[in-house]
Amino acid sequence: MSDLSISVESFKRVDLVTLAGRVDSNSASQLDSTLKSLLENGRYKIVLELSGVSYLSSAGLRAMVSAVRESKKHRGDVRLANVSGRVAEVLNLAGLNAIFQVYEDKTSAVGSF
Amino acid sequence: MSQKQVLTVSGQYDQIRESCDFVCEGAKMAGFDETAIFHIELACDEACTNIIEHAYGDEGKGLIHISYETDGDRFIVTFHDNGRTFDPDSVPIPPTVQADAATDATIHETLKVGGLGLHFMRQLMDSVTFQSDPKQGNTLIMVKKLPERQP
Repeated sequence: MSDLSISVESFKRVDLVTLAGRVDSNSASQLDSTLKSLLENGRYKIVLELSGVSYLSSAGLRAMVSAVRESKKHRGDVRLANVSGRVAEVLNLAGLNAIFQVYEDKTSAVGSF
Repeated sequence: MSQKQVLTVSGQYDQIRESCDFVCEGAKMAGFDETAIFHIELACDEACTNIIEHAYGDEGKGLIHISYETDGDRFIVTFHDNGRTFDPDSVPIPPTVQADAATDATIHETLKVGGLGLHFMRQLMDSVTFQSDPKQGNTLIMVKKLPERQP
């Protein structure tokens, strides 16, 4: 049992994926399968709402980056909203913050597509 | 030197949180602040993940022995496993991905198996040392300097 909850809200062109809890080795597969399922269904424009994420490890990052790679092949993107200080620090530490467009809130992130 | 505290867990993802909590409790008692404890937690998480995925090759294939102690101004965390021997020098440092150069190849290189976790450990701790022996197994020693005490 992981400490991550995931909900997906689908708009006309964009899917908003809201995460809450810990994105670590124990829960990364949950995030990975959620994102893969969206991508396999042709949903390539994704926003990850991260205000509820208290912890992110490299396992979670791998799932996020894997989705970015796949979405960009189809002119889509994975964009981030409400990135907390801890999550921003992990992105920076990985040298990966540059590949994610970050927005202050989910409305602007969804509206960016 | 403080008394060494020891915990053994099964090499499974759902045991990593317990391992991190165990070490973080010691870090808290040693006087680290919240940010440093977060760094120690993340380094421990990456260490356990690498043992499961690379030393053992999968979940449930072996045990992880974890210990911590303080020695002078150092907080020392040790992980031991009996998985495959590991050469940290064989793992390249992930390149920093620039937004305008975020090609598929550079992203792939950044995320190469094991590299990111090792990179995190080295960034977050003051020293990271590996000892690998085909008979004795792998030992990973991570050290973080204790905060200076207020006079």
